[in-house]
Amino acid sequence: MTSTDTQFPLELNQPRLSIQKPEPRYDKQGEMADTERLDRAMRGFVKDFGATAALYMESCVHCGQCAEVCQYYVQTGDPRYTPIWKLEPFKQAYKREVGPFAPFFRLFNLKRRVTVQELEDWQDLIYDSCTQCGRCTMVCPMGIDIASLVGLARHGMAAAGLVPHELWATVERAKREGSPLGATPAVLKDRIAWLEDEHGVEIPLDRERADVLMTISSIEVMKYPQSIVALARIMKRMGASWTFRSEGYEATNFSMFAGDQQGQREASLKLIEAAIAVGARTLILPECGHAYQALRWQGANLYGKPLPFRVLQIAEYLAEGIRQGKLQLQPVQNSATFHDPCQIVRRGGATEAPREVLHALGVDLREMDAHGAYNWCCGGGGGVVTIHRADPLRYKTYQIKMQQVEDTGAEMLVSTCSNCRQTFDDGQAHFHWDKTAQSLLELVADHLVTEQE
Amino acid sequence: MSTETDLLDFARGPALEAALIILVFGMFWRLVGVLVLRRPRDLSEPRVRHAWLGGIRTIFTRMWPRREFRPRILHWEAVSYVFHFSLALVILGLLPHILLIRDITGLSWPGLPTGVITFAAGVALISLLALLAHRATHPVLRQISNFDDYFSWLLVFTPLLTGLMAYYHLGGRYEDLLAVHMLSAELLLAWLPFSKLAHTVLFLFSRGVTGTIYSRRGAQT
Repeated sequence: MTSTDTQFPLELNQPRLSIQKPEPRYDKQGEMADTERLDRAMRGFVKDFGATAALYMESCVHCGQCAEVCQYYVQTGDPRYTPIWKLEPFKQAYKREVGPFAPFFRLFNLKRRVTVQELEDWQDLIYDSCTQCGRCTMVCPMGIDIASLVGLARHGMAAAGLVPHELWATVERAKREGSPLGATPAVLKDRIAWLEDEHGVEIPLDRERADVLMTISSIEVMKYPQSIVALARIMKRMGASWTFRSEGYEATNFSMFAGDQQGQREASLKLIEAAIAVGARTLILPECGHAYQALRWQGANLYGKPLPFRVLQIAEYLAEGIRQGKLQLQPVQNSATFHDPCQIVRRGGATEAPREVLHALGVDLREMDAHGAYNWCCGGGGGVVTIHRADPLRYKTYQIKMQQVEDTGAEMLVSTCSNCRQTFDDGQAHFHWDKTAQSLLELVADHLVTEQE
Repeated sequence: MSTETDLLDFARGPALEAALIILVFGMFWRLVGVLVLRRPRDLSEPRVRHAWLGGIRTIFTRMWPRREFRPRILHWEAVSYVFHFSLALVILGLLPHILLIRDITGLSWPGLPTGVITFAAGVALISLLALLAHRATHPVLRQISNFDDYFSWLLVFTPLLTGLMAYYHLGGRYEDLLAVHMLSAELLLAWLPFSKLAHTVLFLFSRGVTGTIYSRRGAQT
């Protein structure tokens, strides 16, 4: 299948789904004077500056511990990759413009005005070398949530048109086509029809009413369509009333990665409105880490009121089904280790659900040395996996993950995030590794007890 | 009356008062300046009720690094602990300090033997020197350090040093040394709210906030 977008063509036959390597790159968007760009960056940065972020900005004691747990510093030894340093221009701007002593800093020019050149120089620190995995948050003795500050910095960068080419292009695609990676409503419809034919399953699309609104990641639609079949099998077994809706199915939110707040809100509203339209009591998010962050924890705040339905990640829904006796599973005869997606576990709190599912599958679970909230990132989060120029660095960080998995001696590697999964696929191909990351969802679908079928 | 005792009187009187006023108002200004900013209510459905309890818990649990992080940070964390602990002993354990605190706040407690205090002061000085060397040589710390880090270091180091000098009558008349010691400590108090040293208060808030946010999500803090 060819891409429907000729402006930023997709790379569909690679282990990682992204837009093709851009030649030339445009890492600076829009035409504007430097002063305007700078002004936009700062306004974008401080727009949502609440007491929490300000408190963080005031609290750093420059101890450097964040560097010691960051995959980029640990693997390179380059102090530029110190997590709090990634915010330096924005810290300066905060002290100069927003902080309690800002007039004093301005009066004596104690903090220089940041320049556009500095922001450009910082682009690779704010995007290419931060997956917003939040490991630094866990070590900070002051408790500063550095990952959330990087999110704010990205708001500033996006407002100023300083987003890495691929990430920006992906967001552009999402806005134009309704999907960042080619899974447009028409493509989804085709895929579903084809999967129904091929696998003899029913995949409801655009039902008027349903208890459950199912959402999907375009990575799954384009690269792991078997996931959709797995979903259909499981939902049928659980006897659920569910549907996809063509006006709100795309769970990825690349705008959030890029820092485009408007785009982030629009993407979330599509899902929220679709769920309300079908009268859903539950909205299920797919195996996608940042989708969980975007909708489960930020969705209601962008919507402006509490959501009138539950938001569950698919592993949580599976665990619930197992608890309620709706899902009976055949034992998996292997040992497995579980890779915790940062946005679902460390920053999302759904730590136990995937483990409950693995337990129900009877796997011999061999946890990695650092797991759960202390897990190492796969290296592909935060939009990093889309950025071609970040590849060499990403492979370096990926080596930590490979080593962690190897050290467990487990036969299988399971996760519940398709973005992690494609990062694993890409790393596996690069290092000719013998381990393939598997989807927890597909593992469950493959081990449903067969008696009723 | 000699000029030397004038200096001591100044240190004990107006300088102390000024330092305390700057300390209190500066800290108040900094905290208010932050806390008056927007604090939008989180509308997402919490996984855990009473998440603020998790915030309180995090204030304590962040006192020591998690097992997973220790191999790379524990050694310098330990030095930092030695410094903080010995400094606390010196500030809160020396009888003249307690008397001063009693005069200001009305609170008092028994002091520690001066032998313990001088030992603790020596340990604090040595650990401070080690931490300075670490800051000046480690690539990460060199990268992220600024004037605040080094000046704050100096302002903590000086009262410790001058305090010991006064105690041992080294380098001058006792009254002079005491006056210099007090003035240096007052400079420290006046500098505190504007510098990284405000972490003495801010850590409660920043740990508490993150602990609450993450607890609300059912995540570990």
